[in-house]
Amino acid sequence: MAVLLIAEHNNKELRPFTLNAATAASQIDEDVHAVIIGQNSAEAAKQLSELPVVKKVLSVEAAHYENFTAENFAPVIVKLAENYSHVVCSANTFGKNLMPRIAAHLDTSQVSDIIKVISPDTFLRPIYAGNAFATIKSNDAKKCVTIRPTSFDPCDSSGGSASIEKLEAGEEFSNTKFIKREEIKSDRPELGTARIVVSGGRGMQSGDNFRLITEVADKLGAAIGASRAAVDAGYISNDHQVGQTGKVVVPDLYIAIGISGAIQHLAGMKESKIIVAINKDGEAPIFSVADYGLEADLFEAIPQFMEELNKLNTIQK
Amino acid sequence: MKILVAVKRVIDYNVQIRVKEDGSGVVTDNVKMSTNPPDDNAIEEAVKIKELGKATEVVAITVGEEKAQETVRKALAVGADRGIHVKVDGILEPLAVSKILQKVVDKEKPDLVFMGKQAIDDDCNQTGQMLSALLNWPQATFASKIDVKENKLEVTREIDEGLETIEINIPAIVTCDLRLNEPRYASLPNIMKAKKKPIEEIAASDLGVDVSPRLEQLKVEEPPKRKAGIKVANVAELVQKLKNEAKVI
Repeated sequence: MAVLLIAEHNNKELRPFTLNAATAASQIDEDVHAVIIGQNSAEAAKQLSELPVVKKVLSVEAAHYENFTAENFAPVIVKLAENYSHVVCSANTFGKNLMPRIAAHLDTSQVSDIIKVISPDTFLRPIYAGNAFATIKSNDAKKCVTIRPTSFDPCDSSGGSASIEKLEAGEEFSNTKFIKREEIKSDRPELGTARIVVSGGRGMQSGDNFRLITEVADKLGAAIGASRAAVDAGYISNDHQVGQTGKVVVPDLYIAIGISGAIQHLAGMKESKIIVAINKDGEAPIFSVADYGLEADLFEAIPQFMEELNKLNTIQK
Repeated sequence: MKILVAVKRVIDYNVQIRVKEDGSGVVTDNVKMSTNPPDDNAIEEAVKIKELGKATEVVAITVGEEKAQETVRKALAVGADRGIHVKVDGILEPLAVSKILQKVVDKEKPDLVFMGKQAIDDDCNQTGQMLSALLNWPQATFASKIDVKENKLEVTREIDEGLETIEINIPAIVTCDLRLNEPRYASLPNIMKAKKKPIEEIAASDLGVDVSPRLEQLKVEEPPKRKAGIKVANVAELVQKLKNEAKVI
């Protein structure tokens, strides 16, 4: 039986991690079908049909699907799941919210946040904030699996031409009502997929001082991250949080400034290719994962860093 | 209004866990255990709602071995009125926990069920959503703000893109984010008082729920270690290394 991939999108286009989840789905079984549930989401459905790994697209549209409410989505997927061996989705807030609701209806024990497909029923996943890896075999007839997107490469986004089948919408769940979404718009690269991430922690001391992080990020074309302490203190909004309960990032370069490196923060960034730590406490745990550590007062180091960057003839973007 | 709050006993968030040499799991003997951190936020929120006069009773529940009861006792010390301990030994998957909670909800008939959004041991992030599915109740996951209104809640959720606000009719499930509130500490007199509060013990087997695991944990291993890095003397050296050695800028 084929694998059913749940597409994440914003009704206009696919969200990038759908491509990573598609790769994982295709490693479970070559026969990947994708379902897209939304409202006026035809363009996103078309993008989905162009992914070469997707063999068939199922599209469901209705006004009550516009805001991705799990209570509305789950019954649609539960019904479709009859014909599939696996249901897969990204382990971001969309998939984390939705998949367990599907799994419970299917009476199946979900495997969350996998980082490797070992076989169609066996997966590798981090536990204890990534301080241990567990190999898990599922004995359920149907498997519900969420994928850590940064552990899988995105699939090709063009060249495919899967058929798009329109399905009838399900009923609306009337006890949950969407009110509003406050998305922070930015011209910077998205945190989850950026090549460079510059993050600030409690050491920044104030929200105002975060502009120093912004300057470095602008110079490097980087996304901005933060530790939980910085978000809790109100220096920056929650969508920037990197860590066990925030986002997991694996950029080519991660620059941690004024971040001590609690276990929970390391969980979100220690797979980065190159890690730089700037901290005045030479004993800070962040140095244990840093390729390059600089023991310095960040308020002196950041201006110097900008100066040195300005001296460079070229900076990779 | 009655609020049921589910709490889980986990290895304390400050402990650097160790993987057992035989690959069967992580070391839990003689390791400090505590309440799963966001479950503390769930208790705090329920107690605050009661203090505002919007709830009449807060019931703390845990599912697990004998010692799991400590987490219920702690909840009682910060303001929960009574406790329930569903006793069961061995590995429990979120699906089994949600089925047990469903049985207790059928009996207790709470208006709201709160719990942390994720347990920091297995990092599954499933139980609240599963319970919500089994009960066919609305779910507000990753809550960072809860407004109690007449027969409904307005909840702000933390999502990858920012914040989302939804309105859910009661009865409902809320899974709590760490930013929802600042959990209080238990005072000594309240800890003493909590010892007198009742905890009902229920054997999981009496609930008629099949809790046998569906997943096999074949192996637990240490993640690959990062190679030790170097300390650079100054910013100029750092930039030079990034440019010429790591070639990332």
